[in-house]
Amino acid sequence: MDIEWYLVLSALLFTIGLIGVLVRRNPVVILLCLELMLSAGALAMLAFSRMLGNQDGQVFVLIVLVVAACEVVVGLGLVVAMYRRRLPLDVDEMKELKG
Amino acid sequence: MEQVAFFFGALGALGGAIAVVAVKNPFYSVLALVIHLVFLAGIFLLLMAQFLAAALIVVYAGAVMVLYVFVAAYVGGIEEPKWDSSPELKVIGPILAVALFIAISIAILGSGLSALGTPGPDEVPSGFGTPEAVGHLMMEDFLIAFEAASLLLLIAAVGAIVLAGRRREDPNKLPKGGES
Repeated sequence: MDIEWYLVLSALLFTIGLIGVLVRRNPVVILLCLELMLSAGALAMLAFSRMLGNQDGQVFVLIVLVVAACEVVVGLGLVVAMYRRRLPLDVDEMKELKG
Repeated sequence: MEQVAFFFGALGALGGAIAVVAVKNPFYSVLALVIHLVFLAGIFLLLMAQFLAAALIVVYAGAVMVLYVFVAAYVGGIEEPKWDSSPELKVIGPILAVALFIAISIAILGSGLSALGTPGPDEVPSGFGTPEAVGHLMMEDFLIAFEAASLLLLIAAVGAIVLAGRRREDPNKLPKGGES
């Protein structure tokens, strides 16, 4: 398969994730859509790594996986904290920091 | 054969991704993401990234998704109307996203990289994508990134405990800005 196909697939996945982040309101689902976008980026990096025949991109993807795991942990911690304080789990309702 | 595998994996990954966004219940969104990640790991295999495919399944579809299922179950299945977002975003969001897709496609197709139209070089270094090769790279060339990642994980773990840890139930000792 040509590398272009992988890149277009990655762009499609990124777009779907972006639509989810913009349209959905539940913070858990927004975090899931961020995962989608990160995995799309990882796919693009792997495609370029294969194109160049160089494995550095794979190490990069591994680090991205670690960063994504950190983001999930902190994000889900925030969701649990919101739930404990009986705040509505709806990002449209969380307006207190809005200027 | 490779084409069949690619399109099979791509259809599964896209279907899983669309289901994540479209399904009402967050619990089912998490399960859809697991399906997406399994198919994505198959595509990683086609790109000769065996170690990362295994890591994706073990770390993501295994560990991280268990965390998600846990939180989704703890918070409860709060269903929201499917596209009931604020009216501006409902229109602008998809338009922005499609515009971004078109921009990325133009960037890919117009990049002039001749290697994009090939499946990559035939001869790759032996052991391309195996745990041994990636581990060597990580421990020799990218040691600082590796250590920084471990530090980041530690900070994230401490941060999650601070954020989500159980506060004392005594109402007089609530932290500032607590429930009011």
